[in-house]
Amino acid sequence: MAEINTGGGEAKKGKPQKKNLRVDFTPMVDMNMLLITFFMFCTTLSKPQMMNLVMPTKDAPKDINQQSKVDREKTVTIILGADNVPYYYFGEPNYEDYKSLIASDYSPAGLRSMLTERNAKVLGNMLELRKEKYKEKVTQEEFNERSREIKDDKDGLVVVIKPTKESTYRNLVDVLDEMQICAIGTYAIVDMTEGDEFLLKNYESKGAAFAETKK
Amino acid sequence: MSKVKVQKRELFIDMTAMSDVTVLLLTFFMLTATFLPKEPIQVITPPSVMEIKIPDANLLTILVKPDGLVYLNLDRPEDKKAVLDLVSKDYPDMTFSNQQLLSFLNQPTIGVPFSVLPRFLDMSLSDQDAYLKQSGVPTDSVNNQLATWIRYATQVNSDLKIAIKADQETPYPKVQNVISTLQDLKQNRFNLITTLKGMPEGY
Repeated sequence: MAEINTGGGEAKKGKPQKKNLRVDFTPMVDMNMLLITFFMFCTTLSKPQMMNLVMPTKDAPKDINQQSKVDREKTVTIILGADNVPYYYFGEPNYEDYKSLIASDYSPAGLRSMLTERNAKVLGNMLELRKEKYKEKVTQEEFNERSREIKDDKDGLVVVIKPTKESTYRNLVDVLDEMQICAIGTYAIVDMTEGDEFLLKNYESKGAAFAETKK
Repeated sequence: MSKVKVQKRELFIDMTAMSDVTVLLLTFFMLTATFLPKEPIQVITPPSVMEIKIPDANLLTILVKPDGLVYLNLDRPEDKKAVLDLVSKDYPDMTFSNQQLLSFLNQPTIGVPFSVLPRFLDMSLSDQDAYLKQSGVPTDSVNNQLATWIRYATQVNSDLKIAIKADQETPYPKVQNVISTLQDLKQNRFNLITTLKGMPEGY
């Protein structure tokens, strides 16, 4: 380097030479920027979330039916149809009247408003608890414990989810999400039955399918 | 005419502070980052309001592509090794050399039928990735190898959590197939991997 003094020469004795001690940090910054870019592209900052799901064992598929027999009034059956259209009916399926099946959608005005209305009591309790949680009055454990109690309410809505072959995975998760939002304690994913297929057909043909069976 | 003399000044920007900032950022990124596991394809998981984070370890991820191909990912190498041992006991004509075992541990995704596994493991890593895109673990009822893998994986590690990571556009029957396989194995508690969505206003 040009600035390095070899000593001697005209330098005065006794006086220490002042060296220009300035390190250029530009390459260091360059390298760091490169590393940051690498880390930003190759990593995920947020961990993905997960939703737990408990399915009944195949040996005992009758459970949900027996239960719903008791609370027919509180049962809602949601059929996940093709083209992102869910249908629902209350209580027992009514094969005669095609209007008993109601087409809805996955927006807040669709399934959610229906479930909110039907599950008002339980949801009200749940919303209060969530507010407390938001204000950090309750711990996570307490919250879990109490939300379980609230959802165990006997007046709570029972939802049966029946996905058709034409529905997508997204539809299923959307509905399961609504269960979470609307604080539904009891819900189950059940396979479509012939009766449900008929209901859908009857709805699409505006009652013609039922009229045909009468002939 | 006298020319205006341009004063020569040494332009030296002190980069020390800048360097400090970048190192700080780098440290932050390194500490918070979790590496993306390599997957044969990118799936878009559906959004949900659930806030449970996926566990760090002991996770068996079942990846479902929109066209229904299924892949598996076991996160612990020890488990993978033990599972492969059990599998090769089931298929006595299949023996794995050390080379192949190493290749199996290096490849994060399990996604080929047993019959092509030895040949698959002899390929280079990039060839393997290309092959995986059109392969997948057989899941049909006659030859349900997905069930075999899951059974052995849960045998080897009893703390194993099972998570299904499916693309949001996957038709439901494809997902149902995986779920019913899990039900057959009496694995009734499992998880669906989702991305976070905020709780709607007023709830």
